[in-house]
Amino acid sequence: MSPHPASENSGIWKLIFGRLDWSSLPLHEPIVVGTFLMVALGGAVVLGLVTKYRLWGTLWHDWFTTVDHKRIGIMYMILGLIMFLRGFADAIMMRLQQAMAFNGSEGYLNAHHYDQIFTAHGVIMIFFVAMPMITGIMNYIVPLQIGARDVSFPFLNNFSFWMTTAGAVIVMMSLFVGEFARTGWLAYPPLSGIAYSPGVGVDYYIWGLQIAGIGTLLSGVNLVATIVKMRAPGMTMMKLPIFTWTSLCANVLIVAAFPVLTAVLALLSLDRYVGTAFFTNDMGGNPMMYVNLIWIWGHPEVYILILPLFGVFSEVTSTFSSKRLFGYSSMVYATIVIALLSYLVWLHHFFTMGSGASVNSFFGITTMVISIPTGAKLFNWLFTMYRGRIRYELPMMWTVAFMLTFTVGGMTGVLLAVPPADFVLHNSLFLIAHFHNVIIGGVLFGLFAAINYWWPKAFGFRLETTWGKRSFWLWVVGFWVAFMPLYVLGLMGVTRRMRVFDDPSLQIWFQIAALGAVMIAAGIACMFIQFAVSIKNRAALRDTTGDPWDGRTLEWATSSPPPDYNFAFTPVIHDGDAWADMKKRGYQRPLIGYAAIHMPSNTGTGVIIAGLSVAFSVGMIWYMWWLAGLSFLAILAVAIGHTFNYKRDFTIPKDVVERIEGERSTLLAAKG
Amino acid sequence: MIARPSAKCRAFLRRFAPLLLLPLGACNWVVMAPSGDVAVQQRDLILIATVLMLLIVLPVMATIAWFAWKYRAKAQAADYDPDWDHSTSLELLIWSAPLLIIIALGAVTWTSTHLLDPYRPIERLDAQRKVDPAAKRLQVEVVALDWKWLFIYPELGIATVNELAAPVDQPIEFKITSASIMNSFFVPALAGQIYAMPGMQTSLHAVVNKPGSFDGFSANYSGAGFSNMRFKFHAMDQSGFAQWVARVKASGKALDRATYVKLEQPSEKVKPTYFASVEPRLFHAALNMCVQPGKRCMDAIMMTDMHGGAGKESARDTAGLRHDGTIDVGGYHPVEPGKKGEIAQPAGMTPAAERTPAERGKQAPGQQDHEGHDGH
Repeated sequence: MSPHPASENSGIWKLIFGRLDWSSLPLHEPIVVGTFLMVALGGAVVLGLVTKYRLWGTLWHDWFTTVDHKRIGIMYMILGLIMFLRGFADAIMMRLQQAMAFNGSEGYLNAHHYDQIFTAHGVIMIFFVAMPMITGIMNYIVPLQIGARDVSFPFLNNFSFWMTTAGAVIVMMSLFVGEFARTGWLAYPPLSGIAYSPGVGVDYYIWGLQIAGIGTLLSGVNLVATIVKMRAPGMTMMKLPIFTWTSLCANVLIVAAFPVLTAVLALLSLDRYVGTAFFTNDMGGNPMMYVNLIWIWGHPEVYILILPLFGVFSEVTSTFSSKRLFGYSSMVYATIVIALLSYLVWLHHFFTMGSGASVNSFFGITTMVISIPTGAKLFNWLFTMYRGRIRYELPMMWTVAFMLTFTVGGMTGVLLAVPPADFVLHNSLFLIAHFHNVIIGGVLFGLFAAINYWWPKAFGFRLETTWGKRSFWLWVVGFWVAFMPLYVLGLMGVTRRMRVFDDPSLQIWFQIAALGAVMIAAGIACMFIQFAVSIKNRAALRDTTGDPWDGRTLEWATSSPPPDYNFAFTPVIHDGDAWADMKKRGYQRPLIGYAAIHMPSNTGTGVIIAGLSVAFSVGMIWYMWWLAGLSFLAILAVAIGHTFNYKRDFTIPKDVVERIEGERSTLLAAKG
Repeated sequence: MIARPSAKCRAFLRRFAPLLLLPLGACNWVVMAPSGDVAVQQRDLILIATVLMLLIVLPVMATIAWFAWKYRAKAQAADYDPDWDHSTSLELLIWSAPLLIIIALGAVTWTSTHLLDPYRPIERLDAQRKVDPAAKRLQVEVVALDWKWLFIYPELGIATVNELAAPVDQPIEFKITSASIMNSFFVPALAGQIYAMPGMQTSLHAVVNKPGSFDGFSANYSGAGFSNMRFKFHAMDQSGFAQWVARVKASGKALDRATYVKLEQPSEKVKPTYFASVEPRLFHAALNMCVQPGKRCMDAIMMTDMHGGAGKESARDTAGLRHDGTIDVGGYHPVEPGKKGEIAQPAGMTPAAERTPAERGKQAPGQQDHEGHDGH
């Protein structure tokens, strides 16, 4: 909060460092300094270990520069899990502050810090946890499910991942250098305008999302092209695995929605950097235009998040009920209808901004209509279980927990879609409870089901179940303990983003919610212990068949983990549940007749451009114009340079394929 | 003037307790037990919608639990049929059952959204009593400032900060705007919220039926002082309200433009303040962002634009169109003095009372508020 010392802020210093100076470092915030020390220490240990075990080469050649969709998928998941820890740390700090700040107590967070925390929590959880994790799952599974060797544009895939990571790096940087936005996760102007947020926080927000948004958009293009063009012979659209269908719809939504986000943030940047007046109160600007535009992206975004997980639940329910999915075509049409309707509901986020009754009714009713296909999906899962034989492995446990939890979240959502009810519930903790009810109960539970379901495919061994079950119960119970009080508080008229409270009778509810958050923290700890214990006991948990769950779709037809080329022979499809059908018809793995396989080569261009994008963003955020200019030129140079890269592919020789497939035959024989 | 939640609560519990099974703390659930007719209807709508949805949600959740148990692998259900994946009659059921519920709910939504439109003057005081068409509505003009609320009673010529009062059973018409950031005006006991947005006016019609003292606040985050942007809403009988008005008038302070300009600078936890008189059309100026001298009113600019815009020379004269940044909200890097963040000093503007009669009729340079702002 201290002004610039005049001497530091002038002349050559300003030319080189822009608005960066010593006061930009949050040395006055002990919590941030402590965090920084821990992160620095942890980072040093990791770097030290990597150096000690000489892993830099492996990291660079096998991981950072890889164009293999499977490795990129795993890197997306790691990014999502790391950012999840940050986002959850923000959550638990908020819960603690709100449980404390009563009876005149200011809690332990000042407004400057607290307002950054709730903004960062929302931004990180949506853009850098949920998005990378669903992209990671889609990246890993979709090509395998459609019998493809890789995605359509392997280099683009690597580039997309690194741009997403660059966005995450920019957001994380704001924790230690400068500040993050204090505007709420959608940065409504005029609060996010230069006049009311003159600091670097909103600029960190803008550039973090712009850079990550490029990654998301390109990865959407890539997966749409992959699903449309690279399906195995015989796999017509109505024989597509349901997860691939939901991924297709989600990626079409990404391609259609993310450019709107890019545009609206670009307009906000123009307002902030060059003094235009799109969303200001000045010169005829209007902040409500921003609200409209951001929600035209924002509402499809929540369906981008949930649709792929609907696919996961479908796959899991069918597999673990040992039964075909009930109502496949009804599922497909429900997904398409949801995707289309998601564009017709955005105004329900601001019924309270004074649109007329007819406009509000229209958007209220379109919102309710979405619950019809969603309800149909729920019934379809229900009737998939009906007359099945349900094996309660972890993925299925998460699915049943999802069905029960999500139904309640869906119901409160429809309630919020009734405009007069929204007038009393908008922005209240009831709303917070609702969207955590669908995002945790839907997206996160779905991701946990997916991780437990596909882990053996990715690593060749199952996750152990004891810690997994502990995590499950702590999460599910913790969720209800953490968010039921918020529903209650919403009905008590308590609004969101409050830092201190007057009414002492509310405190008990916040304390219960904090207890729930602690249970969730224990659930997260159990999940990481589950990973560690499983990796340690991987020999005992090993799966050599490639098909540990008696799966139904193509990814279970290949080995675990799959070879670089996924399938030695491109499978030919005759049925929707392709692998179940192949097993039923007594499919024999071909053992001869292998051919050399044409594959894409690794490239470091993605890492380099993403790194330069971070430098460009730092230049823009801190007004170091020379840095922004140079990095931008460098980005262009590297991008053009990459077009002259002719070493883009290589061939896996026939004998290598024979050796790899031979090893698999030995494993299968030993098992059989 | 203290509310009697226990009586209110008992009445509420009598009607709805069997339905909701609320814990005993339900007395604090202001959204579920409000004191104004609009909020009561909104509460009823929440209950109707919830019951409608529970019609399908409860059976579904029960069936999920039932199937999840019945068809567990250990039970080895005899009717296992791995290839059963279609049933036209079931498909019809699973699409039509939610559809029917949504048709019912959609109808309720359409009518209630129109009836409870905050812009629509209320037609009933409560379920039994209609509004007397001849009765006057209490006019209240609301300006959200950083971070407090200004309430102007134009007909009474008084204003308050962070304290709102109204007589019971008299319809109230709020006109709402904001001086800088988006806020949301919300008194849960009275009626649903509506945004307070700079340069824009929203409206809310409501009535309070029970005397009492209720919480009001901003329901949209607006920056550092947001948490304390709270006020009390006092619902009183007519004589109590008259006394309250008299108390406000007795304060002696005047709210003129200069005072407003000082008032709109950011401040937190502002104690309730009374103003015995208000400069006429102050709300109009606040709404059109031209209280500060030298600022051109947005309605005047829009009028000019509608007539084809001003001449080329107007492109150079934009200072009067700058509304942001004239309020210094601080921030991580406070803006340099003399640039953004400078309080446009009311140069030449002295409080109305001190102005000479000759000056009174005169407008500050560039002032476009046609109606003038003088004339107590």
